[in-house]
Amino acid sequence: MSTVTLSHLLRSQESSLLEAWLAEQRRSGNVRNLIADSDLKRQSAEFIQLLQQTVAEGDSTDYSSSTISREMRRFLDSITGDRAQLGFSPSETATFIFSFKRPLFEAIRTSTNDVTAQIDEVWNSSLLLDRLGLYVTESHQKAREGIILRQQQEMLELSTPVVKLWDGVLALPIIGTLDSSRTQTIMESLLERIVETGSEIAIIDITGVPTVDTLTAQHLLKTVTAARLMGAECIISGIRPQIAQTIVHLGVELGDVVTKASLADAFKIALQRTGFALAKRSSITAVK
Amino acid sequence: MEILQSDVLQIRQPEDIVLVRTAVRKIAIASKLGLVDQTKLVTAASEIARNTLDYGLGGEVRVDMVRDARTGVRLTFTDEGPGIPDLERAMTDGWTSGKGMGLGLSGTRRLMDEFQIASKVGEGTTVTIAKWSR
Repeated sequence: MSTVTLSHLLRSQESSLLEAWLAEQRRSGNVRNLIADSDLKRQSAEFIQLLQQTVAEGDSTDYSSSTISREMRRFLDSITGDRAQLGFSPSETATFIFSFKRPLFEAIRTSTNDVTAQIDEVWNSSLLLDRLGLYVTESHQKAREGIILRQQQEMLELSTPVVKLWDGVLALPIIGTLDSSRTQTIMESLLERIVETGSEIAIIDITGVPTVDTLTAQHLLKTVTAARLMGAECIISGIRPQIAQTIVHLGVELGDVVTKASLADAFKIALQRTGFALAKRSSITAVK
Repeated sequence: MEILQSDVLQIRQPEDIVLVRTAVRKIAIASKLGLVDQTKLVTAASEIARNTLDYGLGGEVRVDMVRDARTGVRLTFTDEGPGIPDLERAMTDGWTSGKGMGLGLSGTRRLMDEFQIASKVGEGTTVTIAKWSR
Protein backbone atom coordinates (compact mmCIF):
# COMPACT_ATOMS: atom_id res chain seq x y z
CA MET A 1 0.00 0.00 0.00
CA SER A 2 1.52 3.25 -1.09
CA THR A 3 0.46 5.42 1.87
CA VAL A 4 2.15 3.09 4.27
CA THR A 5 5.44 3.76 2.58
CA LEU A 6 4.93 7.53 2.52
CA SER A 7 4.05 7.82 6.19
CA HIS A 8 6.78 5.30 6.98
CA LEU A 9 9.23 7.35 4.94
CA LEU A 10 8.29 10.56 6.73
CA ARG A 11 8.81 8.91 10.10
CA SER A 12 11.92 6.87 9.46
CA GLN A 13 13.78 9.57 7.53
CA GLU A 14 12.48 12.55 9.45
CA SER A 15 15.86 14.00 10.40
CA SER A 16 17.54 13.49 7.05
CA LEU A 17 14.49 14.93 5.24
CA LEU A 18 14.59 17.97 7.51
CA GLU A 19 18.29 18.51 6.85
CA ALA A 20 17.87 18.20 3.08
CA TRP A 21 14.84 20.51 3.11
CA LEU A 22 16.55 23.21 5.15
CA ALA A 23 19.52 23.05 2.78
CA GLU A 24 17.09 23.38 -0.14
CA GLN A 25 15.37 26.41 1.40
CA ARG A 26 18.65 28.15 2.11
CA ARG A 27 19.89 27.40 -1.39
CA SER A 28 16.79 28.75 -3.16
CA GLY A 29 17.11 31.87 -1.00
CA ASN A 30 13.36 32.13 -0.47
CA VAL A 31 13.76 32.98 3.22
CA ARG A 32 15.43 36.30 2.30
CA ASN A 33 17.27 36.34 5.64
CA LEU A 34 14.11 37.70 7.23
CA ILE A 35 13.37 34.57 9.22
CA ALA A 36 15.82 33.44 11.88
CA ASP A 37 17.45 30.10 11.16
CA SER A 38 16.16 28.63 14.43
CA ASP A 39 12.58 29.68 13.57
CA LEU A 40 12.85 28.20 10.10
CA LYS A 41 14.14 24.94 11.56
CA ARG A 42 11.32 24.81 14.10
CA GLN A 43 8.68 25.58 11.45
CA SER A 44 10.08 23.00 9.04
CA ALA A 45 10.24 20.30 11.74
CA GLU A 46 6.67 21.04 12.80
CA PHE A 47 5.49 20.88 9.20
CA ILE A 48 7.01 17.42 8.71
CA GLN A 49 5.37 16.24 11.95
CA LEU A 50 1.98 17.55 10.85
CA LEU A 51 2.48 16.06 7.38
CA GLN A 52 3.03 12.66 9.00
CA GLN A 53 -0.28 13.04 10.82
CA THR A 54 -2.06 14.15 7.67
CA VAL A 55 -0.73 11.18 5.72
CA ALA A 56 -1.53 8.74 8.52
CA GLU A 57 -5.08 10.01 9.01
CA GLY A 58 -5.84 10.71 5.35
CA ASP A 59 -7.54 8.52 2.82
CA SER A 60 -5.23 5.67 1.85
CA THR A 61 -5.08 6.39 -1.87
CA ASP A 62 -6.45 9.84 -2.60
CA TYR A 63 -5.05 12.83 -0.75
CA SER A 64 -6.85 15.31 -2.93
CA SER A 65 -10.17 14.51 -1.27
CA SER A 66 -8.77 14.41 2.24
CA THR A 67 -9.38 17.59 4.16
CA ILE A 68 -6.46 19.41 5.72
CA SER A 69 -6.47 18.78 9.47
CA ARG A 70 -7.28 21.61 11.85
CA GLU A 71 -3.78 21.54 13.37
CA MET A 72 -2.25 21.81 9.91
CA ARG A 73 -4.53 24.74 9.02
CA ARG A 74 -3.68 26.55 12.23
CA PHE A 75 0.03 25.98 11.63
CA LEU A 76 -0.14 27.18 8.01
CA ASP A 77 -2.25 30.22 8.95
CA SER A 78 0.26 31.23 11.58
CA ILE A 79 3.33 30.94 9.33
CA THR A 80 1.63 32.74 6.43
CA GLY A 81 0.42 35.48 8.80
CA ASP A 82 3.99 36.03 9.99
CA ARG A 83 5.33 36.05 6.46
CA ALA A 84 2.65 38.44 5.19
CA GLN A 85 3.63 40.84 7.98
CA LEU A 86 7.27 40.54 6.93
CA GLY A 87 6.31 41.48 3.37
CA PHE A 88 6.66 38.10 1.67
CA SER A 89 4.88 37.64 -1.66
CA PRO A 90 2.34 34.79 -1.94
CA SER A 91 4.70 32.76 -4.13
CA GLU A 92 7.56 33.24 -1.69
CA THR A 93 5.33 31.94 1.07
CA ALA A 94 4.11 28.99 -1.00
CA THR A 95 7.69 28.13 -1.91
CA PHE A 96 8.11 27.10 1.73
CA ILE A 97 5.80 24.15 0.97
CA PHE A 98 6.88 23.48 -2.61
CA SER A 99 10.57 23.40 -1.72
CA PHE A 100 9.86 20.23 0.27
CA LYS A 101 9.19 18.37 -2.97
CA ARG A 102 12.78 17.87 -4.03
CA PRO A 103 14.01 16.26 -0.78
CA LEU A 104 10.83 14.20 -0.49
CA PHE A 105 10.97 12.92 -4.09
CA GLU A 106 14.64 12.14 -3.60
CA ALA A 107 13.79 10.08 -0.51
CA ILE A 108 11.03 8.26 -2.41
CA ARG A 109 13.44 7.48 -5.26
CA THR A 110 16.01 5.90 -2.97
CA SER A 111 13.42 4.03 -0.86
CA THR A 112 12.34 1.53 -3.53
CA ASN A 113 13.45 0.13 -6.86
CA ASP A 114 9.91 -0.41 -8.05
CA VAL A 115 9.34 2.33 -10.66
CA THR A 116 5.54 2.06 -10.54
CA ALA A 117 5.56 2.45 -6.76
CA GLN A 118 7.90 5.42 -7.11
CA ILE A 119 5.59 7.14 -9.57
CA ASP A 120 2.56 6.44 -7.37
CA GLU A 121 4.27 7.89 -4.35
CA VAL A 122 5.52 10.93 -6.19
CA TRP A 123 2.04 11.57 -7.61
CA ASN A 124 0.35 11.20 -4.22
CA SER A 125 2.79 13.35 -2.30
CA SER A 126 2.77 15.93 -5.09
CA LEU A 127 -1.02 16.19 -4.89
CA LEU A 128 -0.84 16.63 -1.16
CA LEU A 129 1.87 19.30 -1.25
CA ASP A 130 0.11 21.17 -4.07
CA ARG A 131 -3.04 21.33 -2.01
CA LEU A 132 -1.14 22.62 1.00
CA GLY A 133 0.68 25.15 -1.20
CA LEU A 134 -2.61 26.44 -2.61
CA TYR A 135 -4.04 26.67 0.87
CA VAL A 136 -1.02 28.75 1.91
CA THR A 137 -1.52 31.10 -1.06
CA GLU A 138 -5.16 31.65 -0.14
CA SER A 139 -4.32 32.12 3.51
CA HIS A 140 -1.58 34.59 2.58
CA GLN A 141 -4.01 36.62 0.50
CA LYS A 142 -6.49 36.74 3.38
CA ALA A 143 -3.74 37.89 5.74
CA ARG A 144 -2.74 40.68 3.32
CA GLU A 145 -6.35 41.78 2.85
CA GLY A 146 -6.72 41.91 6.62
CA ILE A 147 -3.67 44.16 6.89
CA ILE A 148 -4.93 46.49 4.14
CA LEU A 149 -8.40 46.75 5.66
CA ARG A 150 -6.96 47.56 9.07
CA GLN A 151 -4.67 50.22 7.62
CA GLN A 152 -7.55 51.82 5.71
CA GLN A 153 -9.61 52.08 8.85
CA GLU A 154 -6.69 53.38 10.85
CA MET A 155 -6.13 56.09 8.24
CA LEU A 156 -9.79 57.04 8.24
CA GLU A 157 -9.71 57.42 12.01
CA LEU A 158 -6.36 59.18 12.16
CA SER A 159 -6.90 61.72 9.48
CA THR A 160 -9.95 63.55 10.82
CA PRO A 161 -9.09 65.14 14.14
CA VAL A 162 -11.07 68.20 15.18
CA VAL A 163 -8.92 70.32 17.48
CA LYS A 164 -9.91 73.17 19.76
CA LEU A 165 -7.71 76.22 19.14
CA TRP A 166 -9.40 78.65 21.52
CA ASP A 167 -12.65 79.05 23.38
CA GLY A 168 -15.25 78.89 20.63
CA VAL A 169 -12.75 78.20 17.86
CA LEU A 170 -12.29 74.76 16.29
CA ALA A 171 -9.82 73.70 13.62
CA LEU A 172 -10.13 70.81 11.21
CA PRO A 173 -6.88 70.07 9.38
CA ILE A 174 -7.71 67.85 6.40
CA ILE A 175 -4.97 65.69 4.94
CA GLY A 176 -5.31 63.64 1.76
CA THR A 177 -8.29 63.13 -0.52
CA LEU A 178 -11.84 64.19 0.20
CA ASP A 179 -13.77 61.29 -1.26
CA SER A 180 -17.33 60.59 -0.22
CA SER A 181 -16.79 58.24 2.71
CA ARG A 182 -14.17 60.49 4.29
CA THR A 183 -16.25 63.62 3.85
CA GLN A 184 -19.01 61.88 5.76
CA THR A 185 -16.67 61.06 8.68
CA ILE A 186 -15.19 64.56 8.64
CA MET A 187 -18.56 66.29 8.56
CA GLU A 188 -19.90 64.15 11.39
CA SER A 189 -16.95 64.71 13.70
CA LEU A 190 -16.94 68.45 12.99
CA LEU A 191 -20.67 68.87 13.68
CA GLU A 192 -20.42 66.78 16.84
CA ARG A 193 -17.59 68.90 18.17
CA ILE A 194 -19.43 72.12 17.32
CA VAL A 195 -22.36 70.98 19.46
CA GLU A 196 -20.08 69.67 22.23
CA THR A 197 -18.01 72.84 22.55
CA GLY A 198 -20.61 75.38 21.48
CA SER A 199 -18.05 76.84 19.08
CA GLU A 200 -18.91 79.79 16.87
CA ILE A 201 -16.07 79.41 14.41
CA ALA A 202 -14.60 76.40 12.67
CA ILE A 203 -11.45 76.66 10.55
CA ILE A 204 -11.16 74.04 7.83
CA ASP A 205 -7.51 73.84 6.78
CA ILE A 206 -6.87 72.22 3.40
CA THR A 207 -3.08 72.65 3.27
CA GLY A 208 -2.79 68.85 3.16
CA VAL A 209 -5.28 68.33 0.33
CA PRO A 210 -3.25 67.89 -2.88
CA THR A 211 -6.12 68.23 -5.37
CA VAL A 212 -9.27 70.30 -5.10
CA ASP A 213 -11.62 69.30 -7.91
CA THR A 214 -15.32 70.10 -8.24
CA LEU A 215 -16.34 67.13 -6.06
CA THR A 216 -13.95 68.19 -3.28
CA ALA A 217 -15.22 71.78 -3.55
CA GLN A 218 -18.79 70.57 -3.39
CA HIS A 219 -18.02 68.52 -0.28
CA LEU A 220 -16.34 71.49 1.35
CA LEU A 221 -19.29 73.76 0.61
CA LYS A 222 -21.73 71.18 1.99
CA THR A 223 -19.70 70.93 5.19
CA VAL A 224 -19.68 74.73 5.50
CA THR A 225 -23.45 74.87 4.97
CA ALA A 226 -24.09 72.15 7.55
CA ALA A 227 -21.87 73.91 10.11
CA ARG A 228 -23.71 77.16 9.43
CA LEU A 229 -27.00 75.45 10.18
CA MET A 230 -25.52 74.44 13.53
CA GLY A 231 -24.73 78.08 14.20
CA ALA A 232 -21.00 78.07 13.40
CA GLU A 233 -19.20 80.10 10.74
CA CYS A 234 -16.50 78.33 8.74
CA ILE A 235 -13.23 79.73 7.46
CA ILE A 236 -11.36 77.77 4.82
CA SER A 237 -7.60 78.18 5.09
CA GLY A 238 -4.51 76.73 3.45
CA ILE A 239 -5.49 77.40 -0.16
CA ARG A 240 -2.18 77.37 -2.03
CA PRO A 241 -1.67 79.68 -5.06
CA GLN A 242 -1.79 76.87 -7.64
CA ILE A 243 -5.01 75.53 -6.13
CA ALA A 244 -6.54 79.02 -6.10
CA GLN A 245 -5.79 79.40 -9.82
CA THR A 246 -7.20 75.97 -10.58
CA ILE A 247 -10.43 76.66 -8.65
CA VAL A 248 -10.91 79.92 -10.55
CA HIS A 249 -10.47 78.20 -13.95
CA LEU A 250 -12.79 75.41 -12.96
CA GLY A 251 -15.41 78.07 -12.32
CA VAL A 252 -16.15 77.03 -8.75
CA GLU A 253 -17.76 79.83 -6.73
CA LEU A 254 -16.99 79.67 -3.04
CA GLY A 255 -19.73 82.24 -2.47
CA ASP A 256 -19.59 84.11 0.81
CA VAL A 257 -17.28 81.60 2.50
CA VAL A 258 -14.35 83.35 4.17
CA THR A 259 -11.03 82.02 2.88
CA LYS A 260 -7.50 82.67 4.09
CA ALA A 261 -4.10 81.67 2.76
CA SER A 262 -2.80 80.28 6.05
CA LEU A 263 -4.16 78.80 9.24
CA ALA A 264 -2.49 81.63 11.19
CA ASP A 265 -4.45 84.27 9.24
CA ALA A 266 -7.66 82.35 9.74
CA PHE A 267 -6.97 82.09 13.47
CA LYS A 268 -6.41 85.86 13.68
CA ILE A 269 -9.81 86.49 12.05
CA ALA A 270 -11.42 83.95 14.36
CA LEU A 271 -10.01 85.68 17.45
CA GLN A 272 -11.24 89.06 16.24
CA ARG A 273 -14.72 87.71 15.65
CA THR A 274 -14.92 86.09 19.06
CA GLY A 275 -13.84 89.35 20.67
CA PHE A 276 -10.27 88.56 21.55
CA ALA A 277 -7.13 90.45 20.59
CA LEU A 278 -3.56 89.28 20.67
CA ALA A 279 -0.99 91.80 21.86
CA LYS A 280 2.67 91.70 22.82
CA ARG A 281 3.24 91.86 26.55
CA SER A 282 5.64 94.82 26.21
CA SER A 283 3.05 96.97 24.45
CA ILE A 284 0.51 96.30 27.24
CA THR A 285 2.90 97.45 29.98
CA ALA A 286 3.74 100.51 27.90
CA VAL A 287 0.08 101.55 27.92
CA LYS A 288 -0.01 101.27 31.68
CA MET B 1 3.87 64.10 -32.59
CA GLU B 2 6.18 61.72 -30.83
CA ILE B 3 5.06 59.60 -27.87
CA LEU B 4 7.88 59.32 -25.34
CA GLN B 5 6.14 57.25 -22.72
CA SER B 6 2.74 55.62 -22.45
CA ASP B 7 0.68 53.87 -19.84
CA VAL B 8 -2.90 52.62 -19.56
CA LEU B 9 -4.82 52.72 -16.27
CA GLN B 10 -8.18 51.13 -15.52
CA ILE B 11 -10.95 53.19 -13.91
CA ARG B 12 -13.30 50.75 -12.22
CA GLN B 13 -13.76 51.98 -8.66
CA PRO B 14 -13.38 55.25 -6.72
CA GLU B 15 -9.91 54.24 -5.46
CA ASP B 16 -8.72 54.10 -9.08
CA ILE B 17 -9.24 57.87 -9.39
CA VAL B 18 -6.61 58.38 -6.70
CA LEU B 19 -4.22 56.16 -8.68
CA VAL B 20 -4.94 58.14 -11.87
CA ARG B 21 -4.14 61.39 -10.07
CA THR B 22 -0.89 59.97 -8.70
CA ALA B 23 0.19 58.65 -12.12
CA VAL B 24 -0.70 61.92 -13.87
CA ARG B 25 1.15 64.00 -11.28
CA LYS B 26 4.24 61.82 -11.74
CA ILE B 27 4.24 62.15 -15.52
CA ALA B 28 3.52 65.90 -15.29
CA ILE B 29 6.62 66.35 -13.15
CA ALA B 30 8.66 64.22 -15.55
CA SER B 31 7.41 66.38 -18.46
CA LYS B 32 8.72 69.50 -16.69
CA LEU B 33 5.32 71.12 -16.26
CA GLY B 34 5.25 74.02 -13.80
CA LEU B 35 3.54 73.70 -10.44
CA VAL B 36 0.38 75.51 -11.54
CA ASP B 37 0.11 73.47 -14.75
CA GLN B 38 0.71 70.24 -12.82
CA THR B 39 -2.13 71.11 -10.46
CA LYS B 40 -4.41 72.05 -13.35
CA LEU B 41 -3.66 68.81 -15.19
CA VAL B 42 -4.13 66.62 -12.11
CA THR B 43 -7.41 68.37 -11.27
CA ALA B 44 -8.66 67.97 -14.85
CA ALA B 45 -7.67 64.28 -14.80
CA SER B 46 -9.57 63.86 -11.56
CA GLU B 47 -12.69 65.46 -13.07
CA ILE B 48 -12.74 63.39 -16.24
CA ALA B 49 -11.79 60.17 -14.44
CA ARG B 50 -14.74 60.67 -12.13
CA ASN B 51 -17.03 61.30 -15.11
CA THR B 52 -15.71 58.10 -16.72
CA LEU B 53 -16.58 56.20 -13.57
CA ASP B 54 -19.88 57.83 -12.58
CA TYR B 55 -21.45 58.51 -15.99
CA GLY B 56 -19.48 56.22 -18.31
CA LEU B 57 -19.79 53.29 -15.86
CA GLY B 58 -16.04 52.74 -15.85
CA GLY B 59 -13.39 52.70 -18.53
CA GLU B 60 -9.73 53.43 -18.93
CA VAL B 61 -7.28 56.25 -19.41
CA ARG B 62 -4.20 56.34 -21.61
CA VAL B 63 -1.48 58.54 -20.16
CA ASP B 64 1.05 59.73 -22.77
CA MET B 65 4.09 61.88 -22.43
CA VAL B 66 4.31 63.54 -25.86
CA ARG B 67 6.73 65.79 -27.71
CA ASP B 68 5.86 68.11 -30.51
CA ALA B 69 7.58 71.50 -30.41
CA ARG B 70 7.42 71.21 -26.60
CA THR B 71 6.89 68.31 -24.25
CA GLY B 72 3.52 67.76 -22.72
CA VAL B 73 1.08 65.27 -21.30
CA ARG B 74 -1.89 63.92 -23.21
CA LEU B 75 -4.65 61.94 -21.52
CA THR B 76 -7.25 59.90 -23.38
CA PHE B 77 -10.25 58.73 -21.36
CA THR B 78 -12.45 56.07 -22.95
CA ASP B 79 -15.62 54.45 -21.71
CA GLU B 80 -18.31 52.30 -23.26
CA GLY B 81 -21.12 53.80 -21.25
CA PRO B 82 -24.45 55.28 -22.35
CA GLY B 83 -22.83 58.28 -24.09
CA ILE B 84 -23.87 61.94 -23.98
CA PRO B 85 -27.00 62.81 -26.03
CA ASP B 86 -26.48 66.59 -26.04
CA LEU B 87 -22.79 67.53 -26.01
CA GLU B 88 -23.43 71.25 -26.19
CA ARG B 89 -25.60 71.19 -23.09
CA ALA B 90 -23.10 68.93 -21.28
CA MET B 91 -20.42 71.54 -21.92
CA THR B 92 -22.51 74.31 -20.34
CA ASP B 93 -21.44 75.67 -16.96
CA GLY B 94 -23.71 74.48 -14.20
CA TRP B 95 -25.59 71.82 -16.14
CA THR B 96 -25.41 68.30 -14.76
CA SER B 97 -27.31 65.08 -15.34
CA GLY B 98 -26.18 63.87 -11.92
CA LYS B 99 -25.61 65.47 -8.56
CA GLY B 100 -22.35 67.32 -9.22
CA MET B 101 -21.73 71.02 -9.68
CA GLY B 102 -21.93 70.80 -13.47
CA LEU B 103 -18.47 72.28 -13.91
CA GLY B 104 -16.42 69.16 -14.62
CA LEU B 105 -16.38 69.25 -18.45
CA SER B 106 -16.55 73.02 -18.97
CA GLY B 107 -14.04 73.65 -16.17
CA THR B 108 -11.66 71.06 -17.57
CA ARG B 109 -11.77 72.75 -20.98
CA ARG B 110 -10.69 76.02 -19.33
CA LEU B 111 -7.88 74.27 -17.44
CA MET B 112 -6.37 72.52 -20.48
CA ASP B 113 -4.46 73.62 -23.58
CA GLU B 114 -6.29 71.05 -25.69
CA PHE B 115 -9.68 69.51 -25.17
CA GLN B 116 -11.63 67.14 -27.43
CA ILE B 117 -14.76 65.19 -26.69
CA ALA B 118 -16.54 62.63 -28.83
CA SER B 119 -19.60 60.73 -27.77
CA LYS B 120 -22.16 58.40 -29.33
CA VAL B 121 -25.33 57.45 -27.52
CA GLY B 122 -25.20 53.77 -26.57
CA GLU B 123 -21.55 53.40 -27.57
CA GLY B 124 -19.54 55.52 -25.18
CA THR B 125 -17.48 58.63 -24.77
CA THR B 126 -13.86 59.57 -25.44
CA VAL B 127 -12.27 62.66 -23.93
CA THR B 128 -8.76 63.74 -24.93
CA ILE B 129 -7.00 66.50 -23.01
CA ALA B 130 -3.46 67.83 -23.19
CA LYS B 131 -1.22 70.28 -21.36
CA TRP B 132 2.06 71.56 -22.77
CA SER B 133 5.11 72.71 -20.90
CA ARG B 134 5.92 76.43 -21.31
